[in-house]
Amino acid sequence: MTRPFVRLVGVTKTYHAGAQEFLAVRDVTLDVEEGELVSIVGPSGCGKSTVLSILAELQAASGGTVEIGTPDSPFTPGRDVGMVFQKALLLKWRTIIDNVMLPAEILGLPRRASRERARDLLEMVGLSKFADAYPQQLSGGMQQRASIARALVHDPKLILMDEPFGALDALTRERMNLELLRIWRESSKTILFVTHGIQEAVFLGSKVAVMTAGPARMAAQFEIDLPEPRTLDVKTTEKFGNYTREIYHLLGMH
Amino acid sequence: MTLLSRYLWATAGLSGFVVVWWLATVMTDLPAYLLPSPGAALAEIWEPSYNWGTHIWATTQEIFGGYVLAVVIGVGLAVLFSWLPALNAALMPLLVVLNMVPKVAMAPLFIVWLGFGIVPNMVIAFTICFFPILLTTYRGLLEVEPDLINLVKSLKANRWQIFLKIQLPGSLPYLFSGMKVAAVLAVAGAIVGEFIASQKGLGYFLLAQQNALNTSAMMMALAFITLIGVALYGLVLGLEYLVVTRKGIGK
Repeated sequence: MTRPFVRLVGVTKTYHAGAQEFLAVRDVTLDVEEGELVSIVGPSGCGKSTVLSILAELQAASGGTVEIGTPDSPFTPGRDVGMVFQKALLLKWRTIIDNVMLPAEILGLPRRASRERARDLLEMVGLSKFADAYPQQLSGGMQQRASIARALVHDPKLILMDEPFGALDALTRERMNLELLRIWRESSKTILFVTHGIQEAVFLGSKVAVMTAGPARMAAQFEIDLPEPRTLDVKTTEKFGNYTREIYHLLGMH
Repeated sequence: MTLLSRYLWATAGLSGFVVVWWLATVMTDLPAYLLPSPGAALAEIWEPSYNWGTHIWATTQEIFGGYVLAVVIGVGLAVLFSWLPALNAALMPLLVVLNMVPKVAMAPLFIVWLGFGIVPNMVIAFTICFFPILLTTYRGLLEVEPDLINLVKSLKANRWQIFLKIQLPGSLPYLFSGMKVAAVLAVAGAIVGEFIASQKGLGYFLLAQQNALNTSAMMMALAFITLIGVALYGLVLGLEYLVVTRKGIGK
């Protein structure tokens, strides 16, 4: 069996505030294969964003093992991470294409090639007509597409998404879910998708990791065996219902 | 409202003001030394003994000099404060206290230190308009979405990149709101300085004409002071349009 691209074993994070110690998250054990889309679902305060920031090296784990990359596909921190947040976080003074270019600029990638790639990505997320528009001229959903293009421009191996569609209305959110699956298939990236939405987690992930709050920890994992490529019809199947019901029960919501 | 009709209304408002002024002189018996007519004030431009050019130039230098100094030092300090929290913690309270001192009250001290002339008045203009620029710029530099910082840090961006690509452009709308407030204050500062001690400048001229009860010349001096202020304000607005408004960066 090949090594997973991301391997977390017993990862723990504690914070110190004076003499006191706070547990941010514990027992995080998770394998993500290369090219897999894995959802992490749980309530606020379960530490799911902490997991992402450990993977992005924004903070260090206090305990446990974090391994990213395989011998065949090595992982360079910084270079190989793309992040998408709940807010699109586009720079108001830059056009859409210049926003998409930001990671390439920070990493010092060749300008012309990156710009071409940015154009291709805007095409992929359906924004090629808006390359020279400013973010304020775009709807929330379009801004989030642009931020996804930005996360892909430096061709990173790992995409970390922190509730990227949480601020969108329900219909736009479903549309963006379909878009994300298409982008994922076309780009074959490894994606970790953090969400509050149980249905969203099951619909998107080939695996769903469930986290609980109080204490914040990873409680269970589900392999999601649903027909590929997934369409919204999947959500009305009995199997989909079973997965979501199990997760609701696990989170004590029934 | 279209741009043209806005200009038309603005022009109507300004000319209406002059007309009301003129009517007040025509329809009342107010003596000219209390309220001269707009025409009488305007006619003072041609009086060669007033040396308008010298006074206008002196006041302009004081206002613009003090203002540019305030922008440079205010923005520079704001940047340093945003980089070095300890420096901010040490100096900001001191600056807040110093800002409480009425700048007008400090003017005599500056004159003792710097002597008569343009420089002390420039310094007074600077002290009065530096603080709003420092405060707004500092705030603008700090007002960045934490996740945006996380995003660029995940790419291992260095501090300089974060500053140049995120913080500095993000602070511009704040900087300009401070610069607009400061433009008004700079004019006041320079004139106050001239009131206290100077041998030229429109403030000096105002006081000299007051002694002669030459109200129409005083009116004209006020008009010139206003014009200099409006020119400075207009320059700031123009710059703001170029680097902020045109790109749609509101706050």
